[in-house]
Amino acid sequence: MRAAVIGLADKVGRATVRGLDEMGFAATLLGKAVYWLLVGHRRRQPVRLHSVVQQAMDIGISALPILSVLAFTIGIMLAIQGIYTLRMFGAESRVTTGIALSLVREFSSLITGILVAGRSGSALAARLGTMKINQEIDALSVMGIDPVRYLVAPPLVAMLIMVPALTMWSHLVSLFGAGLYVSAELQISLGAYAGQVIDALRLSDLAHGLAKSVIFSVLITIVGVVNGALVEGGAEGVGKMTTRSVVHALSAILVTDMIFAFAVTR
Amino acid sequence: MTDDGVSIEVDGLVAYWGERKVLKDIDLTVRHGEIMVIMGGSGSGKSTLLNHLLGLLHPAEGHVRLLGRDLARQTPLEMLELRRHMGVAFQSGALFSSLTVAENIMLPLREHTDLDEKTMEIITRLKLEVVNLAGFGHLMPAELSGGMTKRAALARAIVLDPKMLFCDEPSAGLDPVVSSAIDDLILRLRDAMGMTIVVVTHDLDSAFKIADRICVIDDGQIIALGSRAEIRASRDQRVQNLLNRRAEEATLDTDAYLRRLLGES
Repeated sequence: MRAAVIGLADKVGRATVRGLDEMGFAATLLGKAVYWLLVGHRRRQPVRLHSVVQQAMDIGISALPILSVLAFTIGIMLAIQGIYTLRMFGAESRVTTGIALSLVREFSSLITGILVAGRSGSALAARLGTMKINQEIDALSVMGIDPVRYLVAPPLVAMLIMVPALTMWSHLVSLFGAGLYVSAELQISLGAYAGQVIDALRLSDLAHGLAKSVIFSVLITIVGVVNGALVEGGAEGVGKMTTRSVVHALSAILVTDMIFAFAVTR
Repeated sequence: MTDDGVSIEVDGLVAYWGERKVLKDIDLTVRHGEIMVIMGGSGSGKSTLLNHLLGLLHPAEGHVRLLGRDLARQTPLEMLELRRHMGVAFQSGALFSSLTVAENIMLPLREHTDLDEKTMEIITRLKLEVVNLAGFGHLMPAELSGGMTKRAALARAIVLDPKMLFCDEPSAGLDPVVSSAIDDLILRLRDAMGMTIVVVTHDLDSAFKIADRICVIDDGQIIALGSRAEIRASRDQRVQNLLNRRAEEATLDTDAYLRRLLGES
């Protein structure tokens, strides 16, 4: 029994140290990426615009179709559930306010974050992991090209631009999806629905959703990069760390979302 | 290069993998324009030594100096600057799989020079010709054979005309003809460009063809260092075993082993 307790304490202790070590590594990577973004030009080691654009295309433009489908679906689902719930109180005419606030403050940024983490965060981890086992990262280092500048800074910038942009797109599509259902179900015009949405939303609601998407951008990038950089043991290691990257990124997004909502909404 | 003609200097280098000492007080000097071949069996420490020369690992004790500059005392930015004088051809090639061969070779030019696109393309074409890969620049690394990958990696390593070239197992996994072509290429690079070249290999034929001096490592220690003739004449049994491709004789006492297995004293 005593040995089991000691064994458990040992495992917990080691996992904690490993976790703290990874957090330190993540903070260092983030710091270095910001450093290269700020002073890269002066050091004649700029973060290439071409790489940022390429990453932005992968993260943003390629994700538009699937994000549109998801956002549209979420919008309709929220409208169905909202009308169903409010009808119990005879207040279904107020559903637009609930839909608008829920989508803009919560669901659009969340669904975008989850999608980008699953699509681009995992791809980033897999790419870096494969590069690591193929010695490509060592090759960059010995060529005098800082791997953080070349491999981390471009996706970070691309995420910071594209995740908020995708969130804005997600707002529009999900509100449109919800609007179609609401207008059909409650017999109001789309124009009237749009007017109600505009009345319900304040600038701070938009800022709330966008601020979260900025935090999600950083989390997705850093989690992907850290897991990619920690790959060991060939192709199996890449698969393992890619899965780990998705799990970590989703967990980080949900926990951060809850903390953010708690801190800002109360 | 320093005034005394030394490009690479290793002084009392000690390295560990966990608790295990894998390099034990290594002293080594490579002169300017010299081809130094580092040889040894698997697990002897030669790759660890190479990684220290490249600054990818940091010594537990001792110093590594390249062009007179102690790697441990360089700031990260000074290290980046120093690395512009180094070319490295990794065992696997380490070509970037998302870039074409030409883009791979052009990458150091793009990152370290202000040359215009046209000039970079010309230099890339020249380097491809040097390694006999003219016309293959448009291919992706996955489309290359083993020998072509090694040659493309060499082309990328020399694209900035570095003062020092490091090659990790340049002939590993290649047939004798391609391997010999790589050796000729390394010799040509030294003769034409005056590079200091360090080659890590366990290919005896290749080592004795290209080396000015050979450093034999075993169990993390240098057991022989000298010219080809001096290494051939070495009386060290481990060196002779390596040269004659013999595994060290097993010293297992079969009877004692069986007794132990059966629990007899």
